[in-house]
Amino acid sequence: MIPGSFSYHRPASVADAVKLLSDLGEDARPLAGGHSLVPMMKLRLASPAHLVDLHGITGLKGISRNGNNLVIGAMTTQHDLLASEDVAKSVPILHEAALLIADPQVRYRGTIGGNVANGDPGNDMPALMMTLGASYRLEGASGARDVAAADFYQGAYFTALEPGEILTSVSVPVPAAGHGYAYEKLKRKVGDYATAAAAVVLTMSGGKVATCAIGLTNVHETPLLAADAATAVVGTSLDPATLKKAAAAAEAIMAPAADARGPVEYRKHVGGIMVTRALQRAAANAK
Amino acid sequence: MAKTHVTMMVNGAEVEGLVEPRTLLVHFIRENLGMTGTHIGCETTHCGACTVDIDGMSVKSCTMFAVQANGSDIITVEGMANADGTLSALQEGFRMMHGLQCGFCTPGMIMRAHRLLKENPSPSEPEIRMGISGNICRCTGYQNIVKAIQYAAAKINGVEFQEAAE
Repeated sequence: MIPGSFSYHRPASVADAVKLLSDLGEDARPLAGGHSLVPMMKLRLASPAHLVDLHGITGLKGISRNGNNLVIGAMTTQHDLLASEDVAKSVPILHEAALLIADPQVRYRGTIGGNVANGDPGNDMPALMMTLGASYRLEGASGARDVAAADFYQGAYFTALEPGEILTSVSVPVPAAGHGYAYEKLKRKVGDYATAAAAVVLTMSGGKVATCAIGLTNVHETPLLAADAATAVVGTSLDPATLKKAAAAAEAIMAPAADARGPVEYRKHVGGIMVTRALQRAAANAK
Repeated sequence: MAKTHVTMMVNGAEVEGLVEPRTLLVHFIRENLGMTGTHIGCETTHCGACTVDIDGMSVKSCTMFAVQANGSDIITVEGMANADGTLSALQEGFRMMHGLQCGFCTPGMIMRAHRLLKENPSPSEPEIRMGISGNICRCTGYQNIVKAIQYAAAKINGVEFQEAAE
């Protein structure tokens, strides 16, 4: 399988990349790790006339601190995330989730920016970023702006990105010390997208849930925040009745597609189970 | 479409060529360089048969354009033997442990195992299995592939390889 013809551009700065994307218009696509776009191009489901490869922009790669935020450059790979001690220590749910993305080879190339910017409901990082309260830095011809992950996703492959804009970094507020976390992902095999997955970040106080955020992957055309489910568990010790209530509240907002991963009812059902498991595991590892 | 000139190191030797931007790295390696050890299996980034080592990373060469590899340092399975032509520890492991049946996945398995052992010279069995989880063997010969990698790890670490009891 050979992709259609295209012109290859390799800008050395964000400004050059933005200018190229603005000038070339909608026939141009930014290329990050390429592990979503290149397969689509080989299948001729995508045939951009121009690819603007972001690998030449050194400033887009790396993990740094800005106050209480972890700032992850868009071209930082999943492998880089897994290699970061700061990530493993301060936002361990990112480490846990990155290990569940695709396979080792794909993680050497796949980037955090591509994962969150593509708008693919199957990607794992978007729901995680919503759960963590992260924001995205978008840069375009008219300057830079920050958009909350929770406001970024509008539909399958539709996001707040304007034509000519690229996502340059992700800013993740570091959760409170001693927080509990879990990303539960049901998948058919290594490399598959989630049949359903749930992210939980919570804090415990005196055996009861003090704060909680729950995100859902691949059970809707966009990633979801399960706000009602999170509210249902705050102030409880996650007794069986509460867990049941939380799972039901999460299932109520799910609208997965019926596909090879299962019919709608099944995917909602296991989505509720992922929420339950993630809540239990997060509560158990909270300190 | 205009062609682009690319230069890269492959198995320690500088190579160059003219490629269309859409030329996949695996096609450049197999067709322009004539090095057919790197296999094309699924072409959809699933099977790992096309895995090569690029700048210290295991990469599926069917999912990267040759222009993107310009200036990089690549190792393919042809570069795996020792300098004196003898088999490397991994190659010897696959031979001694019968780590292949049809052999189609073997180049990718060896290249992935090469980087795995560089990063983790003494992997546990689960670490080996997760480490090669991006490589598919359709003869379902994983048991002996895992043993082959364990054999190589032991040899590299200078310890005697002991097969786990089954």
